[in-house]
Amino acid sequence: MSLIQIHDLTRRYVMGTETVHALRGVSLSIERGEYLAIMGPSGSGKSTLMNLLGCLDTPSSGYYELNGVNVAHMDDNSLAEIRNREIGFVFQSFNLLPRSDSLHNVELPLIYSGVSASERREKAMQALVNVGLGERTHHKPNELSGGQRQRVAIARALVNNPSIVLADEPTGNLDSRTGEEILGLFETLSRRGNTIIVVTHEEDVAQHARRIIRIRDGLVAADEINPNPRAALRMQEAVK
Amino acid sequence: MNLLHELKESVLIAWSALRTNKMRSMLTALGIIIGIVTVTLMGSAIAGLNTEFRRMVAGIGADNLYVQRFAWFAGEEPWRQARNRRELTLRDAREVERLSSFAVAVGAEANGNGTVSYQRKQAKGVWVAANTENSATIRGLSLSAGRWLSESDVQSARPVCVIGSYLVERFFPYGGAVGSRIKLNDMPFEVIGVLEKQGSSFGNNPDDQIVIPVTRFTREFTRWPDVSIVVKIRNLQELDDAKEELRGILRKIRRVAPGEKDDFAINQQDALISFFNVIGGSIAAVGLFITGLSLFVGGIGIMNIMFVSVAERTREIGIRKAIGAKRRTILVQFLVEAATITLGAGILGLLIAWPITLVIDHYMAASMPWWLVGIALAVSVLTGVVSGFLPAWRAARMDPVEALRSE
Ligand SMILES: Nc1ncnc2c1ncn2[C@@H]1O[C@H](COP(=O)(O)OP(=O)(O)OP(=O)(O)O)[C@@H](O)[C@H]1O
Ligand SMILES: [Mg+2]
Repeated sequence: MSLIQIHDLTRRYVMGTETVHALRGVSLSIERGEYLAIMGPSGSGKSTLMNLLGCLDTPSSGYYELNGVNVAHMDDNSLAEIRNREIGFVFQSFNLLPRSDSLHNVELPLIYSGVSASERREKAMQALVNVGLGERTHHKPNELSGGQRQRVAIARALVNNPSIVLADEPTGNLDSRTGEEILGLFETLSRRGNTIIVVTHEEDVAQHARRIIRIRDGLVAADEINPNPRAALRMQEAVK
Repeated sequence: MNLLHELKESVLIAWSALRTNKMRSMLTALGIIIGIVTVTLMGSAIAGLNTEFRRMVAGIGADNLYVQRFAWFAGEEPWRQARNRRELTLRDAREVERLSSFAVAVGAEANGNGTVSYQRKQAKGVWVAANTENSATIRGLSLSAGRWLSESDVQSARPVCVIGSYLVERFFPYGGAVGSRIKLNDMPFEVIGVLEKQGSSFGNNPDDQIVIPVTRFTREFTRWPDVSIVVKIRNLQELDDAKEELRGILRKIRRVAPGEKDDFAINQQDALISFFNVIGGSIAAVGLFITGLSLFVGGIGIMNIMFVSVAERTREIGIRKAIGAKRRTILVQFLVEAATITLGAGILGLLIAWPITLVIDHYMAASMPWWLVGIALAVSVLTGVVSGFLPAWRAARMDPVEALRSE
C-alpha cells in the first residue's frame, strides 16, 4: 500500500467573480521512504499541492488517501491531529516561534500530542543533536543563523516521527552553501528511511531527489526517476 | 492532548506575550482594575452595613413588641390619623403587665435630647432615654457601676439617672460618678449607675446617653406625655399569640369598641428588617449597575487589545496550527491570555481596595470578607473570558494556510 495516494485532485480559489484553478486534476502515488522533488515555475501550483499533501488545506474535489485513511474531507480538528502525527513541515521562512528558544520550538509538536514533560525534553534534545544543534538549545531564533534556524525547523519536523517531511522551498532563504548543508541533511534523513518531499523551482535542488515531479499550470507535466541524484556537499558539521 | 497540559502551556504563552507588551497590558488592565476596586468597595460597604445592622437589631432584641401610636413604615396618611390618637401612658403599661400571660417584662420608654452639664463641663445633644425599672432587661443593658432605676424611682419620678460611659469619660475621668449630682437641662439629677461601654453603630453613640425615670421625663421634658410600651415576650415561637393577646388587652384598656379599628400599633423588628432589606437591595442594585458599567468598559478594552494581539500573532497561530494545534487549543490559549490580564488586574484591584477599606472603616462600617475577595477574583476572570471570547474564536477559526502567509 502506498503512503500517499491521490486521484484527480483539484483546488480552485474563488475570488469574487473570478475562479483561479490552481490545481486541475493531479493524480500521484508516493511510496514510503521516497525522496521526491516537486518542480515547477512560479504560480504552477506547487505550494497549493503541498498544502493539500500536508493536510493544511482541503481539495475542491478528488481523492486523497494518507496511510490508508481518506483525508480529503476531514474536519479541522481531525486534520490538525493528522498534521501533528503524520506530517513534519519545513518552510522557506523557517516559521519558528520568535519568542521561544530552540528547545521549546522543537518540543511544540510533542506538547500538542500530549507527551509528558520529561519525555518531551529528551526527544526534543535528541532531535536537536541529530541536526547538529545540541549546543544551541537555549538560543532564540534571532540568535541563530539562517541555516541553524532551518535545522531547528527540521528537528521540529522530525521530533514526532512523522510519516512524511514536507519542505516548501527549504533553501529559498539560504545562501547556496548553507542550502547544500540542508540538502545534505535531507539526504541523511532519506537514507535513514524518512519520506521526504521537497517543493522547489530550482533545478539544482530538485536534482538531489531520486524522483522528480514536474508541475505546469496545475497539472503533472512529468513524473520521472532521477537516475543519478546529486550528492550534496557533505559538511562535516552539518550532520553528526 | 489533555486540558491540563493545554492550560499550562497556555499560561506560559500568555505570560511571555504579556511580558513582551508590558505597557500595553498595564494600560488595558487599568479599566479592569478600576472596575474591581469599585466592586470591592461596593461589596465591603454593603457587607459592613449588614453586620452593623445585625448588631443594632440584636441590641433591640428580636423578642420585643413595641406598642406605639404609630406603625413603623406605614406611610404618610396613616401617620396623620395616628397623630390624633390618644397617647399611651405608663398606666397602660402597668395594666398590660398585669394582664399579659406571654410577657416576661413590660416597660415604658420615651426618648429625647438634652444638655448634660457637670460643674463647668457641658455635653449637648445627649440622648435622653426615659425608662422604667424593667428597661435594662428589655434593652439588654448592663451596668459597670451603681444600680439601675428602681420601681420606686419610677413611681415617685425621682431625679436620678444612669449615664453612659462616654459621659463618664467626659465628666468623671478620675472616677466618682456614682453619687455625684449632674444637671440635665439645668435640672439636678443624681447619678445612680453607669452603663457598660457599647461602642457606636450607624453614626449614633449609645454611650452618649442618660437614662432617667420615664415619669420624670413626661413630667419635666415634654408636653406630650406619650410613651412606647415595650413588651418582652417569653418565647419567640409564641410571637403571634402574644401579639394577639396584647392587642386584646390594649383594646380593652383603651376601650376600643368592637368593630372599630385599633387606635395603636404593635411594632416589631421584622418591619425594621424588611425596611432595611429594601434599602440595602436598592443600594446593591445601584452599586451593581455602576460596577457593571465600569467592568463593561474595562471588558471592551480587553476585547480590543485581544483583537490586536490575535492580529499581530496571526503567523504564530498559523505555525501552531500547522504543527497540530486544534481549534480548542488556540481558543484556550487566547482565553487564558485575556483571563490572565483580568485576573492580574483583579489582584491589583484588591490590593488597592484593601487599604481603602481600612480607611473607610474608620468613618463607617466596612469590611472585606473572604467571599468578597472570591467574588472579585471570579468576576475578573469571567470578564476576561467573556471579553476575550470573540478574539479567541477568531484566532481559533483561522485558516492555517492564510495565517502562515501573513507577515
Ligand atoms: N489563497 C489564494 N487565493 C487565490 N489564489 C491563490 C491563492 N493561493 C494561490 N493562488 C493561486 O494559485 C496559483 C498557484 O499558486 P501556488 O502558490 O501554488 O504557486 P507556486 O507554484 O507555489 O508558486 P511559487 O513558486 O511562486 O511559490 C497561483 O496562480 C496563485 O495566484
Ligand atoms: Mg510556492
